[in-house]
Amino acid sequence: MSIQEFLQHMANGTSLGSLYALIAIGYTLVYGILRLINFAHGEIFMLGAYIAYYGIIFTPLPWWLVFILASVLTGLVGLLLEKLAYKPLRSSPRITILISAIGASFLLQNLSILVFGGRPKAFPSPDILNGILNIRGVSVASISIIIPIVTIILLVILTFLIKKTKTGMAMRALSKDYEAASLMGIDINKVISFTFFIGSFLAAVGGIMWGVKYPQLVPHMGMMPGLKCFIAAVIGGIGNITGAVIGGFILGLGEIMLIAFLPTLTGYRDAFAFILLIVILLIKPTGLMGEKIAEKV
Amino acid sequence: MKDNKNTKYLIYIVVAIISMIILNLVLDSYKVRILNLCFIYIILGLSMNLINGFTGLFSLGHAGFMAIGAYTVAILTMAPEMKEMNYYMKPMVPFLQELNVPFIVALIAGGLLAALFGFLIGAPVLKLTDDYLAIATLGFSEIIRIVIINLQSVTNGALGLKGIPQKTNEIFANIIGTRSSINLLWAGIIAILTIAFMYLLMNGSYGKALKAIREDEIAARSMGINLFKHKVASFTIGSFFAGIGGGLLAVSLGTIDPTLFKFTLTWNILLIVVLGGMGNIAGSVVSAVVVTIAMEALRFLDESINLGFMQTPALPGLRMVVFSIILMTVIIFKKDNVLKSTLEKVRGRYAKN
Repeated sequence: MSIQEFLQHMANGTSLGSLYALIAIGYTLVYGILRLINFAHGEIFMLGAYIAYYGIIFTPLPWWLVFILASVLTGLVGLLLEKLAYKPLRSSPRITILISAIGASFLLQNLSILVFGGRPKAFPSPDILNGILNIRGVSVASISIIIPIVTIILLVILTFLIKKTKTGMAMRALSKDYEAASLMGIDINKVISFTFFIGSFLAAVGGIMWGVKYPQLVPHMGMMPGLKCFIAAVIGGIGNITGAVIGGFILGLGEIMLIAFLPTLTGYRDAFAFILLIVILLIKPTGLMGEKIAEKV
Repeated sequence: MKDNKNTKYLIYIVVAIISMIILNLVLDSYKVRILNLCFIYIILGLSMNLINGFTGLFSLGHAGFMAIGAYTVAILTMAPEMKEMNYYMKPMVPFLQELNVPFIVALIAGGLLAALFGFLIGAPVLKLTDDYLAIATLGFSEIIRIVIINLQSVTNGALGLKGIPQKTNEIFANIIGTRSSINLLWAGIIAILTIAFMYLLMNGSYGKALKAIREDEIAARSMGINLFKHKVASFTIGSFFAGIGGGLLAVSLGTIDPTLFKFTLTWNILLIVVLGGMGNIAGSVVSAVVVTIAMEALRFLDESINLGFMQTPALPGLRMVVFSIILMTVIIFKKDNVLKSTLEKVRGRYAKN
């Protein structure tokens, strides 16, 4: 393999990895606070892409404004989802909440088949994003470079939000000890809503960029990326944002490199994530960056 | 007292078999098909309840084990000529090409193979706890599906298998003189056996150990229960019945392909378990029947509905939306009672003895 080809695969892997990272952060945030696998996160991702699609088709607004509005709107959908499907179950056993999350995911998927139709739609991505850059013989789609940049910008903002603001502090407190945080006067509902908003917002950004990169929308498009991003979050150590980013990159790069170096295994592309997950869980049950969980007796 | 109870159960079983024979003669083939599906879902629901409800292992890998059972039964029972027609993209492995065994042998082989995989998978994965276990088993079932798609010369890949012989009931059909294509007796009798097995298992010391593990792992361990052994055993038995259920499903449908064994299938069974109550045998049986029939009964929603004054357009997908909403409502408004009430019932039953 020539060095150009290798760099090309690296660029592809990085952009896919940063997409995964973006979505994995949503899982990690929610899990850190509620100890809940938000199975419907992949469907939020799909909704983000669809809302952006309809925004571009039906409104005269410029594409960047549509993308931002669509992400905010999807964030609100995520907030609503939490209110309807998770809040009533907050004191129930975890299995019940997990089942509710799977149910919400199926409901959203079927609802979007009903509303958007089951036929694939072509995402009207703006021409600026679709150009192909040629840097010293390495041709890369410009979106492959834009995605990591957007991811890094959002990550910086998120880190600032969590480390420096009061809400961020409340989020950290809540993830450490739920009960104690509420005793200290933190408005738990507000913090949880905020977390869901942020997570869904990031998923929507991921969904829109996915739509630009792979311009085809179908109602079940969120399923596989959703699962893989959850795996990315687990590999990195769920509840840990740095871990989610690392996990996302490992998964994205690994997947692309697997196809690049072993083309005969292309059919097993989707299995790669699961095998990696199981191997890592067996070696380090809490993920690469995860904290050790003490056994309560 | 004990004898009395046993005769009561025997009478139930005899009545059930006789009513199955009568239903076979009376109902049209569509209804027989649905009832058949009900029995299959009873087996699947119980096998998942054993893992999730009784042992408290949150496993989401059922579809994978069903796929193993279904493919084994299909490959072992299909006639060589039929196989040749199916495998037109890539010829089948010659060894399997000629292999053809009676249905019951194939079914047991399917169950055993699924159990073997359950054992192999369970041994490493069961060290994980709830959420991690759920996602790891889900991963395994996806891996099984992906392997099936890629092993073209064994499973025919994404094309699936058509023409799986449905005439598996010749012996029964000869005895009672009914049509032999789709018949309630196979699935029905296996469902009865499964129910009986679960009752015996859960009332024995083994079942009590499993329940102890569900309630409190650490307490169970300190009482001398070998956690790992019991968990793996429960997982393996559950996979065995999942394989049997998958095999019956393959025969009942007559055609299988990898898309059938997606996560949706696991989800359907999980719903049966949850609606019937975790760790509740009778509940699982009832909810398997209700869910299967409801899935069929709600089919009218997909078609255009004539309201008398107006005609609604056909809305494909509405059925699943309505179904999802019903189930979400049940889960949210029943809350933890699903678990709690059944638990109390279980405890009450012990208190009486």
